[in-house]
Amino acid sequence: MANAIDISHLKYSYPEATKPALNDVSFVVPAGEWWAIIGHNGSGKSTLAKNINGLLAPESGSVTVAGMPLTEQTVWDIRAKVGIVFQNPDNQFVGATVADDVAFGLENRAVPRDEMLTRVHDALVAVNMQDFATREPARLSGGQKQRVAIAGIVAQRPDIIILDEATSMLDPAGRLEIIDLIKQLRQQQSLTVLSITHDIDEAAGADHVLLLDDGQVKEIGTPAEIFQHGEALLQLGLDVPYPEKLKNALAKRGVHMPAGYLDEEGLAKALWTLHSTM
Amino acid sequence: MDITFDHVSFTYQAGTPFAGDGLKDISTTIKGGDYTAIIGHTGSGKSTLLQHLNALLKPTSGTVTIGDREITPETNNKNLKPLRQKVGMVFQFAENQLFEQTVERDIAFGPMNFGVPEKDAKALAAQMVKLVGLPDDILQQSPFDLSGGQMRRVAIAGVLAMQPEILVLDEPTAGLDPAGRLEMMTMFKKLHDEQGLTIVLVTHQMDDVADYADRVLVMEHGALVRQGTPREIFADPDWLRQKQLGLPKTTAFAERLQKLGFTFDQMPLTASELADDLMPQIGGGDRG
Ligand SMILES: Nc1ncnc2c1ncn2[C@@H]1O[C@H](COP(=O)(O)OP(=O)(O)OP(=O)(O)O)[C@@H](O)[C@H]1O
Ligand SMILES: Nc1ncnc2c1ncn2[C@@H]1O[C@H](COP(=O)(O)OP(=O)(O)OP(=O)(O)O)[C@@H](O)[C@H]1O
Ligand SMILES: [Mg+2]
Ligand SMILES: [Mg+2]
Repeated sequence: MANAIDISHLKYSYPEATKPALNDVSFVVPAGEWWAIIGHNGSGKSTLAKNINGLLAPESGSVTVAGMPLTEQTVWDIRAKVGIVFQNPDNQFVGATVADDVAFGLENRAVPRDEMLTRVHDALVAVNMQDFATREPARLSGGQKQRVAIAGIVAQRPDIIILDEATSMLDPAGRLEIIDLIKQLRQQQSLTVLSITHDIDEAAGADHVLLLDDGQVKEIGTPAEIFQHGEALLQLGLDVPYPEKLKNALAKRGVHMPAGYLDEEGLAKALWTLHSTM
Repeated sequence: MDITFDHVSFTYQAGTPFAGDGLKDISTTIKGGDYTAIIGHTGSGKSTLLQHLNALLKPTSGTVTIGDREITPETNNKNLKPLRQKVGMVFQFAENQLFEQTVERDIAFGPMNFGVPEKDAKALAAQMVKLVGLPDDILQQSPFDLSGGQMRRVAIAGVLAMQPEILVLDEPTAGLDPAGRLEMMTMFKKLHDEQGLTIVLVTHQMDDVADYADRVLVMEHGALVRQGTPREIFADPDWLRQKQLGLPKTTAFAERLQKLGFTFDQMPLTASELADDLMPQIGGGDRG
């Protein structure tokens, strides 16, 4: 399958900044994969997202999306393929009502009116906000705003979806619901997902994890490869996975569990083995 | 300074066709010096409740008493300044509150508004920037030229600079990296333990509730449905799941171990509690 995103030696500096926000960033995301993008505050994650859909223009290097090199000529075609849910939903709302807001992106895409209404309804049902269709977006709770922002992108049915901490204000069950929703969409249509997140459980479910550090790619690997770093993960901007925390607490008490990354199920089994051989 | 809610209800857009329930008949006391966590699903009324703590919203019926100040539906907006200084509020999406041209002026604005001389307010700004883990040279930058997490830290610094007695925090660490989250939660805890600040924290992070709070209020559809210590609240996992809430990671993992055959007298809340409970069950007791 083709590559969804191909970035090569990308450099970006904000005007008047003393150092680049992104420097020599290269990576390739095959179509259909789910990538987690992680890194400390200010490491360049949101800047990277904005370079992928041409909101910011690279100083040097290249960005290719769905086979199209990003240029002034292709930027609108590329934006039609990439949906971004921004970090702060208040910056994203344009409609007077929730339904208008979700419809807004479709009006821009010349979707026929009947289909538009269906898509808006379906997207609001998908995020469980159908009862709020006529409300003003500004008059919603924080988590409700995030759900509406996600519906706006879901309705557009993009090939590539970029979630910039899109679930940071949701309750634990709501967060899982949204992740399940995106997973379902992946089964119905080919969808590539880039999820910018500080949530270790979410990163653990990704195909690949890309770790940014001060504007550079520090590492790309599977979650298991990245999580092997144990305690060092905190310095790199990621939480220590729960099994590692418990292993450390046990090690302090003189019980040493197997080295290497264990997920919760693996650790539970290892503990049960110890219990059974007591 | 205690805060007491006596049969407080609040309706958004009261008297219009859009009227909607925000709070329903809330009665509770938040004791001065306590660390209280408020949990509840999306839209359950947590932020609405918080905005009653400094009279940004006034009850539609009932009374909120903050120290010696009574807030009723009739209270007018005059003379609320002393209250707003005592109760520092970090809003959800706090970065939306930034407005000044430089980070320094943004943080100094609050103290200056409450009469602190400019020079002292700037000194406070420098001190607070450090406290929230940002470099000095950020002071002269525009708050709008920062990353999301950096803006959040500036907003928190601005509230701390007012040196409030009660610190009200609405999801203060959403969007912070995990190291930053830990630093910030440790800093709040220190303010609570060493300077006696009263803390009211809204969070979806059950680990933070288990690690830091003395008391928990659980909200659902605008009503206060349960209150207790973290141990009491987390002793009933099925009930919490019904409310769309989770468990601390340790408690959830202990539940998994229970199904395998491990036993716990009471459900552990933190990794070190769980490790203690496991020692005798995995043959490690004699080595501990
Ligand atoms: N509009 C801007 N003007 C100037 N500098 C900026 C601007 N936006 C971000 N920066 C800087 O660029 C760097 C990268 O910021 P970016 O927003 O990409 O970080 P991030 O990884 O998304 O962080 P966070 O986790 O806090 O959202 C930071 O040092 C930040 O201060
Ligand atoms: N300004 C407003 N006007 C009208 N209704 C509002 C307003 N703000 C919130 N509401 C409604 O009041 C209810 C409670 O909202 P509140 O913001 O207190 O929830 P919350 O518990 O803080 O949720 P979250 O976890 O999503 O932030 C919600 O149904 C919300 O839609
Ligand atoms: Mg960001
Ligand atoms: Mg809220």
